Amino acid sequence: MNSITKIHSEAGRPQTVLELEVNNHAGVMSHVVGLFSRRAYNVEGILCMPIGDGRISRIWLTVNEDARLEQMIRQIEKLDDVLVVHRHGAGHEVFERVGEFFR
Amino acid sequence: MSNDATETLTGSQVVVRLLERQGIRRIPGIPGGAILPFYDALSQSKLIEHVLTRHEQGAGFMAQGAARATGEVAVCLATSGPGATNLLTAIADAKLDSIPMVAITGQVATSMIGTDAFQEVDTYGLTIPITKHNFLVSSARELLEVIPKAFRLAASGRPGPVLVDIPKDVQNERIEVSEWPEPGRPEPVRAAAAEPIERAAAMINEAQRPILYLGGGVVHSGAAAQAVQLAEKASLPTVMTLMALGAMPVDHALSLGMLGMHGARCTNMALEECDLLIAVGARFDDRATGKVSAFCPNAKIIHVDIDRSELDKIKTAHVGIRGDVGDVLGKMLPQVRQHLRKEWLTRVGELKANHPLQMPGVDDPRTPYGLIRAVADCLDDEAVIATDVGQHQMWVAQAYPLRRPHQWLTSGGLGTMGFGLPAAIGAAIAQPERTVVCFSGDGSILMNIQELATAAEENANVKVVLMNNASLGLVFQQQTLFYGQRIFSSKFKGVPDFLKIAEGFGWQTLDLDEAADPKAALATALSTRGPMFIHASIDRHEQVLPMVAPGAANTDMIGD
Repeated sequence: MNSITKIHSEAGRPQTVLELEVNNHAGVMSHVVGLFSRRAYNVEGILCMPIGDGRISRIWLTVNEDARLEQMIRQIEKLDDVLVVHRHGAGHEVFERVGEFFR
Repeated sequence: MSNDATETLTGSQVVVRLLERQGIRRIPGIPGGAILPFYDALSQSKLIEHVLTRHEQGAGFMAQGAARATGEVAVCLATSGPGATNLLTAIADAKLDSIPMVAITGQVATSMIGTDAFQEVDTYGLTIPITKHNFLVSSARELLEVIPKAFRLAASGRPGPVLVDIPKDVQNERIEVSEWPEPGRPEPVRAAAAEPIERAAAMINEAQRPILYLGGGVVHSGAAAQAVQLAEKASLPTVMTLMALGAMPVDHALSLGMLGMHGARCTNMALEECDLLIAVGARFDDRATGKVSAFCPNAKIIHVDIDRSELDKIKTAHVGIRGDVGDVLGKMLPQVRQHLRKEWLTRVGELKANHPLQMPGVDDPRTPYGLIRAVADCLDDEAVIATDVGQHQMWVAQAYPLRRPHQWLTSGGLGTMGFGLPAAIGAAIAQPERTVVCFSGDGSILMNIQELATAAEENANVKVVLMNNASLGLVFQQQTLFYGQRIFSSKFKGVPDFLKIAEGFGWQTLDLDEAADPKAALATALSTRGPMFIHASIDRHEQVLPMVAPGAANTDMIGD
């Protein structure tokens, strides 16, 4: 994982922001990022916080777009602890707003 | 939930009860420190019999053999640390071939996790990429949810292995149980969308040269009969992957047998000419497709799979249908027109006549093909046929007349040497009325030879047919064909006396090399109940042909 500054420095390369809702327990993050790491597919940015009563967490990922992205999303959707996957454009404000902590 | 009187039980007793309620009657495994509380509880079960294997990998493959032969979820057991790491290969193998299995491992006590305690390993972390799902259980109460869920996940949708790692303190924790959850069963099949099925049926009706391409999903779905019906109604020549063998009887008039790297010339040539490929529960594995860009170059593709991530993964389908194969075929059948397709079937008939699978020596039981056919001649379709991995596996895949789904147990995706013997034992224990034959090689058999002891102890009705060429035959063949005949590390200098080994383990034996009438000797040996070890020497220069070089197009075959 790299800091948010990388996103800006690679502005030329299209990126995608993924929003996941997952069950909040130990190991879920490993399941998700493991799908990327086994393919040597770098996750450029990652944020995770519990939402609501804490039984569910939201994970934000920013990744470089490449031909494998569609397959990655389908693989994430198969994980038992992943409830929803949304795909956003690179310009999603979540990483921009948190960016000040990475300056 | 069913109401019973409240009982105070340990986590281990809860698991045993849940497994009993799940219908599990046999569990292979090996005890050890971190799973001893569970073994203590298991010892009190009147319903579940434990099969003591001699290596945890053997336990994993025995569970697989039972699952593959019956189609039901099977369970295996191991302790923490080395017990768990020894299971990994069998779990990974189950993942790649979509075999429903629940592996239960002991773990060091919760308070010790992460301290490098004795026999501690991160089983949860190790099994993330090789399971469909995995659990590290943190309380006995959780087991009431986790165990049924493990079975549900293993059997639902695309089947696969699930691991449940249970720390020792959780196994010992006492809880009050007043209600038991329902056993975990496969989720009901999600009905496939109607529209793509209609389009697919229309494409089949319009196609001139269609081919049906069956994968292991047809067997898992229990849809072999429907696949054959579809082929017959629409006159579809049919190819099968290694995993699908038996889905359509290989001697069916429409069968072209196995496709791909060791498929018959006629099979790969027909695929080259087809204008529509109907992939059903198959995943376009590289051993089946060869060079993907050259696979079925003129064909539109219909792809049916229960796993959406398989659609468009390797080949983009013109019509992708996400659904259970049985459900989809059931809906497709009435929409597909009866079709004689005389021209295409005539052409395929020509290809079969002119470029059939060459089986030199098929009438001589002292050759690879002849031996396999001689074994088949002694058995009926009720027999289960297991293999290890290597030349013998491909010869059997080519030459054995497989006619029944779940008849064929072979390690396809992972290609694990050492699979055959324990898988055969697992099948024989699960289905004691059947004769289970394990074709193996001298390389593979040594990789789980210790399970000869388990088979003898269980008096499993397993017949090992060892094809001994004193080599790693497929490596020898590849070095011969593709590495300038630089044979390296594929010839064994020391060859053990396998018959003495088998006798030492308490097996009956037959040396075909010494038999005056090998066919008669085989018939006697195969009809003798209990473990029987049959040894046959094979010339190491025998090759599996035809062969497509790894990475080459399927039309680029070596050998006739």
